[in-house]
Amino acid sequence: MSIEHRDDTGARFGMWIFLYTEVILFGGLFILYAVALAKFPQQFAEASHKLNIYFGAANTLVLLASSLTIAMAITAVQRNKPKQAMVLCISTIVLAIIFLINKYFEWSAEIGHGIYPGSEHLAEMGPGITAFFNLYYFTAGLHGLHILIGGTLIGVVTVFIAKGKVNSERYTLLENSALYWHLVDLVWVFLFPLYYLIL
Amino acid sequence: MTHTPLKNSGFYSESPRSGILGWLLTTDHKRIGIMYLCCIIVMFIVAAILGLALRLELIAPGPTIMGAQTYNATFTVHGIIMIFLVIIPSIPATFGNLLLPIHIGARDVSFPKINLISWYCYIAGGILAIFSIFSGGGAPDTGWTFYVPFSTQTTTNVNLAVMGAFMLGFSSILTGLNFVTTIHRLRAKGMGWGRLPLFVWTLYSTAWIQVLATPMLGITLVLVLLERVFGAGLFDAARGGDPILYQHLFWIYSHPAVYIMILPAMGVISEIIPTFSRKPLFGYWAMAISSLAIAFAGSLVWAHHMYASGMSDFAILIFSFLTFVVAIPSAIKVFNWVATLYKGSIQLAPPMLFALAFIFQFAIGGLGGLALGAAASDIHLTDTTFVVGHFHYVMFGGTGFAFFAALHYWLPKFTGRMYNHKIAVISWGLMFVGFNVTYMSMQAVGIMGMPRRYYDYLPEFQTLNVVATIGSWVLAVSLAIMFINLWNGIRRGAPVGKNPWGGATLEWTIPSPPPLENFGEEDPIVTKGPYDYKGVVADEY
Repeated sequence: MSIEHRDDTGARFGMWIFLYTEVILFGGLFILYAVALAKFPQQFAEASHKLNIYFGAANTLVLLASSLTIAMAITAVQRNKPKQAMVLCISTIVLAIIFLINKYFEWSAEIGHGIYPGSEHLAEMGPGITAFFNLYYFTAGLHGLHILIGGTLIGVVTVFIAKGKVNSERYTLLENSALYWHLVDLVWVFLFPLYYLIL
Repeated sequence: MTHTPLKNSGFYSESPRSGILGWLLTTDHKRIGIMYLCCIIVMFIVAAILGLALRLELIAPGPTIMGAQTYNATFTVHGIIMIFLVIIPSIPATFGNLLLPIHIGARDVSFPKINLISWYCYIAGGILAIFSIFSGGGAPDTGWTFYVPFSTQTTTNVNLAVMGAFMLGFSSILTGLNFVTTIHRLRAKGMGWGRLPLFVWTLYSTAWIQVLATPMLGITLVLVLLERVFGAGLFDAARGGDPILYQHLFWIYSHPAVYIMILPAMGVISEIIPTFSRKPLFGYWAMAISSLAIAFAGSLVWAHHMYASGMSDFAILIFSFLTFVVAIPSAIKVFNWVATLYKGSIQLAPPMLFALAFIFQFAIGGLGGLALGAAASDIHLTDTTFVVGHFHYVMFGGTGFAFFAALHYWLPKFTGRMYNHKIAVISWGLMFVGFNVTYMSMQAVGIMGMPRRYYDYLPEFQTLNVVATIGSWVLAVSLAIMFINLWNGIRRGAPVGKNPWGGATLEWTIPSPPPLENFGEEDPIVTKGPYDYKGVVADEY
């Protein structure tokens, strides 16, 4: 196209619709959770107590902090402070990596106890606990994948800020990446109580 | 016909890049539409040949040209290709891309690059689906619905097919997202919601379903894949899962998906009928709102696929009622098309003939849908060839015919050349007869009790099966004639002007084929409705 077309509102609008599709994607897993919980309330409580609440709580704090840094990055770009914005974006990425490392140790410990999808040990614990851990691994796994994607996206945006392609005049890409990051955060805000706290 | 060169070649010759890269890296909605069109027609021909083989197998009881396993794989691949690679993208991805921006007076869609990415997702999905036939443990044999527990246990190559369907879903989401944003943001000056062509309204409804429902298919297919890879058991009752839940999750997407397939077809018909009746569409707002109503109500009826799966009677009652509710907006559409024809100055050009066949066949298919939606009759009819016949009536007799109508209506616009009308009418006539003979026989033999998805059957079903198979050959011949005629039209047809049919929507005000930027330097200003035929005259060709 020779005539450049720019529509920031349209780009944000599109992103919101995309976020909606993500909600539905996770929604399928939440439906499975709801049905399984109704079927096996006691086993779910029992299985939930096997999870390490400190890992979960730490990761919740890490993600909430990362949402703050990425939101501050937008303000920094708006105020035309690219260096500050880059520092904030990189902090977000670092927090994302901390989340994943934390997750790695948590999962390693559980897998070390013989709890993973399809394991013999899990099968011996009965259908309710199996269902809980299957859902736990798949939902948290899908969420972890989103952390990876979101982190990569923010990495790309950081490069763009460095090159001046994202600046105080034009920062929809950063806003959209931040929206995506907030969604990833928000999903965890639901996952944490459902799997660690309320049962 | 003599070969006359076109005066202008529009977007075919204008491109920032030359040669094949000008196509593969294009962000022009028209080029992307043409690329979709080529792929979809190739896929249609492949899957139609598979369908023909299925019909040939059923010409006599017992194995004739293939055995049980081959038959299972053939109907599965026929279904996967036809559903995910042909019907779902057929009208929205080709004619939606070609026409939506022009219909609303825009230069392109909101996100041209995402539009191209969605085409590549389609190609990736297509390649995975085709690979699944030839690699691993053989072609998938689960049926296109991938029902568990069979799909998590079979040794055939379900993994690749599921990944293919996932990619195609992603492509569909991106197209939907693009269309919704485009319709909201890029309407030309004067193009209010009340002046949108009905085709745009149906694309809008479709796009919402694509965005809202497709992710559910995505997660369901991912779970099937995880079941197969990790053996987790989320859909396995012995390990705390629930196989019925798979069916719920699958149909939460796949029932709205049939409206993804049929709504744009209704839009095409709503464009063609007024043009060839020389009358404004009867009940514009009723038509527009009923599109949204179908999209909404259609999202609430998924469990009517599962009456025989062991749901509670109360749930069956609710879903049966909701299914009947969908019939209301559908009937509004049929009555409004007929009311548009009433006292119109009807011109039986090829697109109009396809559109009339659509109304006839869609009405039969739709009423058959009510027989399946009522729990009492469904218990008798479920899993018989009546279901297969019904589905082909709405999907092939409906969407397929609308797609062919759209080809006959809009190809001259986008190629600048007209096909031979006489041959087009012959192919339409043969297709109409072949189609109805094939699928009416399937419905009849289904009512007699013949189950679907068997390569073999009892001898008393043979007469109708032979009739259906003969019908399928007539259908195949007519399809061949139609495609050859359209191809010859594209290559050597007489050049057409801006407005060969006398349509009043915006695409008929610009050259055929349209230039790269659709409307030239100035953005168009819309001053009249899409069906205001006052002063609109068809060009001679």
